[in-house]
Amino acid sequence: VIVLADAEPIIRWSWIGEHLGQIRSQVAQHIELTLIAVVIGFAIAFPLSLLAHRKRWTYAPITWVTGVLYTIPSLSLFVLLVPITGLSVTTVEVGLVSYTLLILIRNTVAGLSSVPQDVKEAARGMGHSPRQLLWRVELPLALPVIIAGIRIATVSTIALVTVGALVGKGGVGLFILEGLRTLFQTEIVMGALLSAALALSADALLFLLQRRLTPWSREPGRDPA
Amino acid sequence: VNVIHWLTAAAHWSGENGIPVRTFEHLQLSGAAMALALLIALPAGVIVGHTRRGSVAAVTIANLGRSVPSFAVLVLAFIAFLRLAPRLAFGFGPTVVALALLAIPPIVTNTVVAVQGVDPDAVDAARGMGMSGRRVLFGLELPLAAPLIMAGIRIAAVQVVATATLSALIAGGGLGRYIVDGFAQGDHVQASAGAVLVAALAILTELVLGGVARVVAPRTTSGRGHWVAVRQRAR
Repeated sequence: VIVLADAEPIIRWSWIGEHLGQIRSQVAQHIELTLIAVVIGFAIAFPLSLLAHRKRWTYAPITWVTGVLYTIPSLSLFVLLVPITGLSVTTVEVGLVSYTLLILIRNTVAGLSSVPQDVKEAARGMGHSPRQLLWRVELPLALPVIIAGIRIATVSTIALVTVGALVGKGGVGLFILEGLRTLFQTEIVMGALLSAALALSADALLFLLQRRLTPWSREPGRDPA
Repeated sequence: VNVIHWLTAAAHWSGENGIPVRTFEHLQLSGAAMALALLIALPAGVIVGHTRRGSVAAVTIANLGRSVPSFAVLVLAFIAFLRLAPRLAFGFGPTVVALALLAIPPIVTNTVVAVQGVDPDAVDAARGMGMSGRRVLFGLELPLAAPLIMAGIRIAAVQVVATATLSALIAGGGLGRYIVDGFAQGDHVQASAGAVLVAALAILTELVLGGVARVVAPRTTSGRGHWVAVRQRAR
């Protein structure tokens, strides 16, 4: 039977002081893994959303496939990828990216279809080509909802990165795993707090960004339906 | 291909560590956690939603729930059990508590938004007809809110089934055993087979609850969309 020392404090601050360098590099890795995942995720989701927006019939199959990807547990996906891509960044990223797709596509399509019909008519009447209509009218108006999707995807990804520790790349998840293996509470608590803090600050940052980009919308990310 | 061999080998379908036993454990863990979560989240969500003052609470809970990693919650629950009730730490306890904590936010948020989102005119009309607060709640608000509430339950359940896998890390049972043991022994076939089983169970959960939702609350089309949409509306 494993017993924890009774005198062990919830956080032993001296340990944190001694490991600042490692903490910094794991936080950096966490941010890097998240950024790569969201950027690649958006790069894939954006064209698919435009396709779904233009050709309505493609929406159901696209969300079906990405829905299945979303449902597969992250750990399962990581484990299945290890024989193919090894204990690498690629393994973690494939899992993280596939998880963001559904969220991003749903929101981007919802944002685009929330643009009022008469606004589009007016733009066409003013001589906008379909491409101009998309970039000058539809996308700017859809931006709050699109960014709302990016916020959800980012926050979920940051939480999910910790699981990547099991396949070797997990940002601050490494501390949680190490803490579990050695039953060292300080590391576990710190890993959890760091991850949550990262997620909440990313959420706040994106919220501010959206305010800056769309000063006209007072109710950010309002549901279009 | 080896994974298929592993999955179809008769030896893996019987005994203490057989697929039926592990699947049953997995469902037991998930079921107990969902029951606990529903017991807490449904009444809480209904009360907050009924008073129509809950959007801030709903968003905050959703945000917090999303930003705390499930992996961390599980490990923290394990440590808490080791400290407070060491005898229970190696059983179902920590996993069930952790999974319930994870399931609560989506259920509460969806319930609050669903009940709150019921057309105020309909509520006024019901009151005007002389319905009591209780009858408005059970006769009008809850039936109208049912599709969204079911969507929240479904999201929570899929997440719980997926996360129950991690329970094997803290010496728990379930299908995660194959993944964790396979990893520890360098047996990728076993790990992959476990991963396939968990994925299949998660997808099955989604489909079954989707079917249940269609029966109980016919207007639901897609659960996840609501979880996304809900957050936007609540802002």
